[in-house]
Amino acid sequence: MLGDYLPVLILGGLAFAFVVASLFASSLLRPSRPSPAKLAPYECGNEPVRLPKGEKFSVKFYVVAMMFIIFDIETIFLFPWAVSFRKLGLFGLVEMAVFIALVFVAYVYIWMQGGLEWEQAPRPMERTAAEGEQEEELLRAG
Amino acid sequence: MTGQEYAFVVLALVGTVGAVRLVTAKNVVHAALYLVVTLAMVGSIYLVLGAEFVGWVQILIYVGAIVILFLFGLMLTKAPIGRESLDNQQRGLALLVALAVLAGLVFLIQDAFHWGDRKMNLVHNTTGEVGRSIFQHYVLPFEAVSFILLAALIGAVVLARREERE
Repeated sequence: MLGDYLPVLILGGLAFAFVVASLFASSLLRPSRPSPAKLAPYECGNEPVRLPKGEKFSVKFYVVAMMFIIFDIETIFLFPWAVSFRKLGLFGLVEMAVFIALVFVAYVYIWMQGGLEWEQAPRPMERTAAEGEQEEELLRAG
Repeated sequence: MTGQEYAFVVLALVGTVGAVRLVTAKNVVHAALYLVVTLAMVGSIYLVLGAEFVGWVQILIYVGAIVILFLFGLMLTKAPIGRESLDNQQRGLALLVALAVLAGLVFLIQDAFHWGDRKMNLVHNTTGEVGRSIFQHYVLPFEAVSFILLAALIGAVVLARREERE
């Protein structure tokens, strides 16, 4: 079984050797005359700046990453299911249908909440819904 | 030593070095990247042990998705940099706890391993076996997983909304 990975390993080794060999060859062949201007990270002629201060990284990226993980996990479960599908029969089909339906509920929820929208213009209805939710949570917490 | 054992030693060494660098890194982003090394090595060790499905899932989910989530989390929270802010200066105690966990794990694993029979039969079609055991014997836990996924996603959206409005 492990022998099946030998070609992959050889391919990886060859790719690595190619990188090392070409970097080494180019370091032998190219002239090396560094100057401060050449070594500066080039950013459209601007002075390179550090991390943007004060600006907030949008939380939407996090939600998208979270969704990615959830549906990634769903797909992972589909894989062994598909491999042994014939042996599982109708029961397996129903099982997977229930599973997918439940995860789909989450998807519909996010869609309804506007989690898939990138424009900064929440509709008034959504805002009140979110506010209601937060109030509910505060009530539960306090 | 067989080729498999050599592979294990190399993978375990790289994974251990990654793990040590992970907890001693001064920059959390670097720590997250060392986590990639360690998790990838754990996945490769699963492959070496013949657990193909688990190995690839480990790489796909942990290396591919969880670390991305960590990095997004770090970008969102603007995590501090430097030993003083990351380390709670309890290295001696941490070492003690780590050694205790190691001893516990070593004991449990060697206890669970059947040392008597020399020939362990490796399952060949691991993905199919995993599928059959999940979908025939562990039906309820499997359906519970979908509830957990649902809760995680809704929780993420609720927290994100709160963050956005602040």
